[in-house]
Amino acid sequence: MPRILIEETRCKGCGLCTIACPRNLIILSERINNQGYTPAQFANDEKCSGCALCAEMCPDVAIEVYR
Amino acid sequence: MPQIFKRPTSLKDVQTHFCSGCHHGTIHRLVAEAMDEFGVQGRAIGIASVGCSVFLYSYFDIDVVEAPHGRAPAVATGVKRARPGSFVFTYQGDGDLAAIGTSEIIHAANRGEDITVIFVNNTTYGMTGGQMAPTTMVGQRTSTSPYGRMKEKDGAPLRMAELLAQLEGVSFSARVAVNSPRNLMDAKKQIKTAFRYQVEGKGFSFIEALSACPTNWGMKPLQANERVGTELCDYFRLGVYKNIMEL
Repeated sequence: MPRILIEETRCKGCGLCTIACPRNLIILSERINNQGYTPAQFANDEKCSGCALCAEMCPDVAIEVYR
Repeated sequence: MPQIFKRPTSLKDVQTHFCSGCHHGTIHRLVAEAMDEFGVQGRAIGIASVGCSVFLYSYFDIDVVEAPHGRAPAVATGVKRARPGSFVFTYQGDGDLAAIGTSEIIHAANRGEDITVIFVNNTTYGMTGGQMAPTTMVGQRTSTSPYGRMKEKDGAPLRMAELLAQLEGVSFSARVAVNSPRNLMDAKKQIKTAFRYQVEGKGFSFIEALSACPTNWGMKPLQANERVGTELCDYFRLGVYKNIMEL
């Protein structure tokens, strides 16, 4: 099953991945990370198709995609 | 399960100093990916400019020369002429390229130097505190235009991709954006084309990449991203303005 891995310590919580995902599977969490941002998190990993659009849009290259 | 998306090898595995939602990181990655694809990492020499782009030397795993403000195309000219076998590109912001370095970019382009210029246009001086740049939109409030840029006093925003496309020495000129997956895929393609011109020794190639600057625009990252797609793309039209070899 395709999946993504979000490196939370690198995430700056900009949310660009949340609008890139065609299935809206990513949300911003309410936790605060080491940089003081609310990092993105995978809300539902069962529907991920591994299209990698979230990773393409991420300015911090914080997402890895496996398919 | 195979990994289908990972960090390009030309891009160091370090945290960047860019603000949340800044497109510099994305454009860095696209440039690194293109270098990986052409296998030029070992002979690449980047010319860093002044602005948020200055930390190029910390983020790319290549040799970098840091140029004085605006002078990156002149430094690139020297580097390329001294080491013709190297792959030379400059990475400049709009305060650097379109204001302080207007003379250098126009003459390097007109001479048709065999270099690639990546020009990141975020319509403001990012690092120095959000002052008005020649590319600032009419009506845009900045720290030096608190009532908004006035066309009568300050002129209209400079369109560099079109301006340089008119010059004889330019082989390739295009404007791209990275605000949506669709624009980003196109940006990737155009950056590779620009690099191909240099790899094949076919002359001067120029990429203008529109970028968000949420901090200096006083916007949230998603709002700033939206502004690139609407207001900026409306004035700075995306597209290829010159492609002499149809590469």
